[in-house]
Amino acid sequence: MTTLTFAHAHSQVHWPAHWRDFVALTKPRVMTLVVFTGLCGLLAAPGAIHPVLAFTAILSIALGAGAAAALNQWYEADIDARMKRTANRPLPAGRMDRQSALHFGVGLSFFSVLLLGMATNWFAAAVLAVSILFYVLVYTIWLKPRTPQNIVIGGAAGAFPPVIGWAAVTGDVSALPVALFMLIFFWTPPHFWALALFVRPDYAAAGIPMLPVVSGEVATRRQIWLYTAIMAVAALAPVLLNLTGLVYGTVALIGTAVFAVLAFQVYRNHELDPARMRPERRLFKYSILYLFILFGAIVADRWMLA
Amino acid sequence: MTPDEEKLVRARQKSRAIVTAVLLAALVVLFYAITIAKISSSHAI
Repeated sequence: MTTLTFAHAHSQVHWPAHWRDFVALTKPRVMTLVVFTGLCGLLAAPGAIHPVLAFTAILSIALGAGAAAALNQWYEADIDARMKRTANRPLPAGRMDRQSALHFGVGLSFFSVLLLGMATNWFAAAVLAVSILFYVLVYTIWLKPRTPQNIVIGGAAGAFPPVIGWAAVTGDVSALPVALFMLIFFWTPPHFWALALFVRPDYAAAGIPMLPVVSGEVATRRQIWLYTAIMAVAALAPVLLNLTGLVYGTVALIGTAVFAVLAFQVYRNHELDPARMRPERRLFKYSILYLFILFGAIVADRWMLA
Repeated sequence: MTPDEEKLVRARQKSRAIVTAVLLAALVVLFYAITIAKISSSHAI
């Protein structure tokens, strides 16, 4: 059996990339949460949308997220090559040339925005365009290599999907989608810094100024705890502002209490060896489940109120 | 390029062409469905 040996990321790749590598470029696993929060924004919105147009809206959000991920990997190919977690991605592993990734990312960006605009409305399409540009230009190119606050501001890019889903139905933005945006915005730092703590050597090797690399573990754990408190306010805001009912309120209260307990365990932890950072891994895994549960509860609540 | 490598590249090109064809067919169906949905939505108003 013949095996093709590909050149390293820094040299020219002449083989046509496998179609599976284009799929990998869109980070399908990360997309799950984006699609789910976008779908919840769409389902929680007042008014009706044709199922085909709803499907197209979610497809556009997924394609837009995939396009942003592809452009992120196009720009960070050299950095990804230095990190164990990302070294096997299509570009650093040398299975695809950078120009293909760039063309794919730009093409998919335009396509996703045009598709959403034609199927639903141009306001939703504009928000999708802003979210892609924000992720690529503000987060990937500007903030990530420069400041440990990169994911605090850059986290806004991941907070757009429920707003886009909502806007696809209503054509505008009101208080609830803004509250959902704030929830993801303040959820991102504890979620990402929990991960950054146990993959710190990777970020340090790649020269990315993530908070644990720049300020150390103690400061990061304190910041996780601080942002968890702010996130708790954002999580309870929809029910406090009377935008949702008690179903969401109860789920948010219990879910956030568990989040706070796990974040407190991280705050109290003094472990410096990433391999033994169990509370951090627990918080990271739970934080994903937390967002799924809260967004599911929002939809259930809105439907019950309706 | 050795014959084996060329064979592998051709196989890869073929699989990409098939995936592209499937995607194009899916887009045709999607755009048709969007058109019908838009027309029925505008009639509903």
